Amino acid sequence: MSPDPSAVDAVIDAVSAVFMIVGAVMSLAAAIGLLRFPDLMSRMHAATKPQVLGLFLLLVAVGLQLRTWWVWPVLLVAWIFQLLTVPVSAHMVGRAGYRTKHLHKELLSTDELEAVVLKAAEAAKERD
Amino acid sequence: MSRKRISLRQELPLLVWLVIVWGALWQDFSPGNLLFGALLAAVVARLFYLPPVELSGRFNILRAFPFALQFLGRVVAASCQVFYLAVAQGPKVTNAVVAVPLRSHSDLMVTATGHVISLIPGSLVVEVDRSTSTLYIHGLNVRNADDVLKLRKDVRDTEAGLIRVMGTKEELAALNQEVGT
Amino acid sequence: MMELVLTFTAVVLSLAAAGAIVRIARGPSLLDRVLAADVLLAILGAALCIDMAVNRHLNNLMLLVAVSVIGFIGSVTVARFVADRREQLNES
Repeated sequence: MSPDPSAVDAVIDAVSAVFMIVGAVMSLAAAIGLLRFPDLMSRMHAATKPQVLGLFLLLVAVGLQLRTWWVWPVLLVAWIFQLLTVPVSAHMVGRAGYRTKHLHKELLSTDELEAVVLKAAEAAKERD
Repeated sequence: MSRKRISLRQELPLLVWLVIVWGALWQDFSPGNLLFGALLAAVVARLFYLPPVELSGRFNILRAFPFALQFLGRVVAASCQVFYLAVAQGPKVTNAVVAVPLRSHSDLMVTATGHVISLIPGSLVVEVDRSTSTLYIHGLNVRNADDVLKLRKDVRDTEAGLIRVMGTKEELAALNQEVGT
Repeated sequence: MMELVLTFTAVVLSLAAAGAIVRIARGPSLLDRVLAADVLLAILGAALCIDMAVNRHLNNLMLLVAVSVIGFIGSVTVARFVADRREQLNES
């Protein structure tokens, strides 16, 4: 018994609809995180992670809706692009944030980088 | 232009990737288009000569597939965790900056590990010390010493997984020894 | 059903965009604003994706890639600029 094509169609539609809704909610999660977290670093977590998952789900939804095989490589390339760029930009922003003291020290339970940075700063001073 | 030429075998993954991107961008995988893409990729790789990426020449597809699946699962978990923390804890969340020394000293491995752990739950790379290959990681919702240990173990496990997929033979041998003892 | 999904995602994405804009307006520092602008671009990308999925075309795909590249280059440039300026201030 082969499955009815229109039923398969309906299932694919439903799956992509769910993916679209969850993807949109992930964007909302990023925005809520941006608004609610106390400092730059935790906001960065909110900005990076839901973005990647959200785009993944939405691209899968696009692929499911179009129903042709050749869109999948394009979508995969678009997603891998995002995978490669998002951590880099987050790292750059985080590094700049740490160096310019955008961190709330009282919110950290441990900070193992502080000693290293202080030592490096002292070494730089001695060289001058 | 005195840099040493890298062999075609080492350059091949890069060229293949460029051809795939070319085909994907044109949304056309006919042989003619791919051939032109390959030609263009070779020209680009010759003209815009970057420092060669030192691939280990090893790629374990059997390990790569579960790793990719696990990675996807953890990306989902990461997003849910961030969502939950944003709604439930919000301004009261506690964080930590943790130093994690890595086993591998190759740039590629450190970069790949950094990328992966930036996307899995609760960690973000703040600073990299290339000379000792130590990553300084900002962990979300790290409240006490136990959480710090857990985060560190998480990162080291991720690196171990990456070494199994595409590390050099020496790194793999060292890892196996470490696990064995 | 697609109508319903479209309405729902439109509302959710509008809320998210509003949140990001509030953060851009309030954000205590430049880096916060850059981060929020990045998220705003990602929300735009999500909207482009949903348009493609609902109307079944691929016209926005290159725009999507361009948007994410702009977000990347923008935040990296600003982050570098901020770090450099602070270092110069310390030296003087």
